Amino acid sequence: MTPIINVKNLCFGYGSDDILYGVTFSITPGDYVALSGPNGAGKSTLIKVLLGLAGPYRGKIELFGQNRKLFNDWGRIGYLPQQSNNYNPLFPATAREVVRMGLLAGKSFPKIFNAADNERVSVVMKLMGIEKQKNKMVGELSGGQQQKVFLARALASNPSLLVLDEPSSALDPLSRDSFFALLEELNQEHQTTVIMVTHDTPQIGRYAKTLLYLDKKVVFYGGFNDFCQSPDMGGYFGSYSQHLICHQHD
Amino acid sequence: MFSLGFVVRAFVAGAFIAALCAILGNFLVLKKLSLIGDGLSHVSFGAIALALFFGVYPLLVAIPLVLAASYFVLKLSQRAKLYGDAAIGIVSAVGVSIGVMLASLSNGFNVDLFAYLFGNILAVSAAEVWLSIGLSAVVLLAIFLLFNDLMVVSFDEDYAKMVGVKASRLNLMLTWLTAITVVLAVKVVGVMLVSALLILPAVSALQLAKSFRAAMALAVGAGVLSVLIGITISVYADLPAGATIVLANFAIFLVSLLWRKVLR
Repeated sequence: MTPIINVKNLCFGYGSDDILYGVTFSITPGDYVALSGPNGAGKSTLIKVLLGLAGPYRGKIELFGQNRKLFNDWGRIGYLPQQSNNYNPLFPATAREVVRMGLLAGKSFPKIFNAADNERVSVVMKLMGIEKQKNKMVGELSGGQQQKVFLARALASNPSLLVLDEPSSALDPLSRDSFFALLEELNQEHQTTVIMVTHDTPQIGRYAKTLLYLDKKVVFYGGFNDFCQSPDMGGYFGSYSQHLICHQHD
Repeated sequence: MFSLGFVVRAFVAGAFIAALCAILGNFLVLKKLSLIGDGLSHVSFGAIALALFFGVYPLLVAIPLVLAASYFVLKLSQRAKLYGDAAIGIVSAVGVSIGVMLASLSNGFNVDLFAYLFGNILAVSAAEVWLSIGLSAVVLLAIFLLFNDLMVVSFDEDYAKMVGVKASRLNLMLTWLTAITVVLAVKVVGVMLVSALLILPAVSALQLAKSFRAAMALAVGAGVLSVLIGITISVYADLPAGATIVLANFAIFLVSLLWRKVLR
């Protein structure tokens, strides 16, 4: 089976400082990967390099079997950035207009939306339970509702791969549970591959099949159970920290 | 009033330039590049001074020089790791300095240069009216064809890149369209006031708009209305048209601000 993401000896840095070095891993279709690590470990940077938002890099990246530098089928990837990153909260866009942005990847010039696009937008907004907010400005929505709008945007193109950068930080516990349940449904029933940057390893451990623990290089890549039972990881983190990462998963 | 040819020309050219400024201003304000119009208008001051110094038609010199300056602003902020406002400040200061230096070297054209500083829409020529209409058509077509790309770039540039939008090219195009528009707008309201035509209609619209398309429509309405009110008051009260247009714009902004507060 062709990996959805195949990374070999990836090195990336700003100036002379390497933020990522020798990063190697491979993600197969249908996997659910938690990407974790300490602050400054390069998690978000890795995502940005994978998605072509940061570069140049050394090493090899393949997306859907194609060299990342040549890859242009971005509609196959849904991306949910860190909420506070670049989005302008004063922008006068309605929730519907924001969700529709997710369909731009599959469009050729001139990128004009049609009735089928609007129907797709309605479907994903209904799926996320935000259809009543469709004409509200996104800046006027609560943090949780905004996050649902951005997830709907990521899902609009019906992607095979969903990349989420700390998606649950703005959600209350109830919304968080329903959010993770939705991701699980997408992963289990629609075989959507999920990569999620998170610090919340106990929570994600209930859902994710695989843990990629990064600290500028790959510290661990494998199943959650393997991580929790690994004496090597116990030695690396200390058994208490290993337990903290695993405790809700056990 | 409408039987006077120069008034009709002023209305037509002013309305088209105001609409252009409002549309571009929406993108610039939301991308936090509001002051680029101010910076480029100062460059056009230097360029017009250069043209007058050598006895050349001002627009022929100003358009290419302001285009080059806008490209320089973009590159300076990317390559020299400067914030956009610092790059605009540098280009703006250099533009004004060149203008002042040339003005002091030649006493002959100081009066003409003064007209460009504060604008004189009532002196707009038929050729300039057609130029305004033609440029408006080009800008409107570009915005229509690239509307969704421009919207996502203004909303979140990183996300735009991820969905395959050529953000750098769009930013350059937006800056160049602004540069050409600024040169034309200098004739309407003058160097000192051109940024008002870019910023005020957009911020007035943002007080009331409930969607991005609505913001565009409201900004165009505010810009055109300010020109109509400004010219009318200017003709009847014998006041400078540029300043009157800007103050009409400010009055519309205050009304929209008040309206928003009342609605809330």
